[in-house]
Amino acid sequence: MSHHVDLSQLSKVYSTPKGPAVIVKDFNLRIAKGEFVTLIGHSGCGKSTVLSMLAGLNDITEGVIILAGKELVGAGPDRGVVFQSPSLLPWYTAFENVMLGVEQVFFTASAEERREIVEYYLTVVGLGDSMHKRPAELSQGMRQRVGIARAFALKPKMLLLDEPFGMLDSLTRYELQGVLLKLWRENRITTLMVTHDVDEALYLSDRVVCMTDGPEAEVGDIIPVAFPRPRERQAVMDHPDYYPLRERLIEFLEVHAHKKKHAAPVTPAAPAAPVAPLVEAAPAPSPRNDAMLVTA
Amino acid sequence: MPYLELKSVSKGYGSNGSRTEVLRDVNLSIEQGEFVAIVGYSGAGKTTLMSILAGLIRPDTGSVTLEGREMSGPGPDRGLVFQNYSLLPWLTVAENVRLAVDQVFPEKTEAGRAAHATEFIEMVNLAPARDKRPHELSGGMRQRVSVARTLAMNPKVLLLDEPLSALDALTRANLQDEIARIRAQQKQTVVLITNDPDEAILLADRVVPLTAGPNATLGESFIVDLPHPRDRKALNHSARFRELRRDISEYLLRSRQDRHATVTRKLILPDIDPEDLSVPRNMLGRTRPLRSSEAREATVEVSS
Repeated sequence: MSHHVDLSQLSKVYSTPKGPAVIVKDFNLRIAKGEFVTLIGHSGCGKSTVLSMLAGLNDITEGVIILAGKELVGAGPDRGVVFQSPSLLPWYTAFENVMLGVEQVFFTASAEERREIVEYYLTVVGLGDSMHKRPAELSQGMRQRVGIARAFALKPKMLLLDEPFGMLDSLTRYELQGVLLKLWRENRITTLMVTHDVDEALYLSDRVVCMTDGPEAEVGDIIPVAFPRPRERQAVMDHPDYYPLRERLIEFLEVHAHKKKHAAPVTPAAPAAPVAPLVEAAPAPSPRNDAMLVTA
Repeated sequence: MPYLELKSVSKGYGSNGSRTEVLRDVNLSIEQGEFVAIVGYSGAGKTTLMSILAGLIRPDTGSVTLEGREMSGPGPDRGLVFQNYSLLPWLTVAENVRLAVDQVFPEKTEAGRAAHATEFIEMVNLAPARDKRPHELSGGMRQRVSVARTLAMNPKVLLLDEPLSALDALTRANLQDEIARIRAQQKQTVVLITNDPDEAILLADRVVPLTAGPNATLGESFIVDLPHPRDRKALNHSARFRELRRDISEYLLRSRQDRHATVTRKLILPDIDPEDLSVPRNMLGRTRPLRSSEAREATVEVSS
């Protein structure tokens, strides 16, 4: 079996008072074992919807997802998820937050071994001295480190990252990308990441999948990123292919932004306007909203 | 003589025992009409520095001068745009802008003040939304109101404190273009504080890195000698852009790494595999975990 993950003819339709809204349509993607794939697109294009279906947190309307030879049903610890906000339990320390999942999937191991697993991952992400602090005592960047440690500690078959560094400032983001890449290199976990940061996509992934804008989002362009691994940020940025690829991705995003503004695809069955707020729980305000409000 | 100058400015918080020096010995000179971007980590003291420039807080030591005169407090000669817009929710777009105009230009006639406000609302392309209240506007539009309100005061210096950090990538790019356009028209002196080196390079004439705190200070300036208007996509072809981008992020990352002491720890990672939780625990058939090495050696009998 050549593919570890196979998303086939995936569709997501929400029913709204104005009729069915098609968010994702006929989405096909195959990911090889150990591959790092990034989905890139604008806020509200449906990329998080694809990821949450893969995580089992969102029902699939049509199509099928196969992970390691089995059809996916529901959520499970075989897929580690890192969200934009780390969602830690505030009354638990960083150690206890990571232990929560470790206790579940390593219930046959000894308490000593479980402790070693938790300590190992928290130390690798740089929290060796802060693992017994509660989330309130940690900076946002440190909390996200706990989220990364928590996902890796479960030894998942697949890692799902939903804009994991979206809330961090650019410089802290650089550091955490390094932490993520280091852990990924040691474990080679098959990864699907969602982002709209072009540099992040190029630095981390083997392939960048550009998604067209919703509604009815699908795969637009697939760009292989062949920088040699292990990667060093500076070496990647100095690579002669880096800036041409960067320009290509920026262009893809710009073209789709304009399409969105000038010719919003409005069909009677799937009105463009109410779709965006349904895709993500809290969509960032988009220029399309600007246009709507001005003409209102 | 520089237009706006910070001379050996230091600022700390807390009392003797638990005192933290946020800024130490900060020096900065800005010429009239210059656009300077200060780039630094969150928590490094960027907002403290901006508050000192705005006159909202006083430095512990050192001096801040504008046109050679010592600053003693906030004033309409320095216009400040915050990250969180700070609009009055019960006033419309036009009323929010008028509030500033009425304060700063009491000598103008009613009609004159209205025309003045309208000019700046049009400048940020908000004329169709002038009678909307903030809650009816998107984040990007609210920030444009805040920019219009600040510009309408005709400040000598425009201070932008992470104005675009709360916006999504697409809206941020649109507003960056708008700031560049307005700047080209108004030729104002601007200080922009940001955590995004790309934003700094795209907009500014000079980028000044703020090292990681505590005891943050400004590093050596990077002159951004790229022609205006700058196009986000075309910049990728510019060798100078690539060089600046690399040097600025390098500098900042190094300033943080210098603070980390390297410790070597020996850690054990048990070589065990997670259990499949979809199998009931009493059906597992073993009470000890599977080692990764054992799993590979295991043989499976298949009955045909």
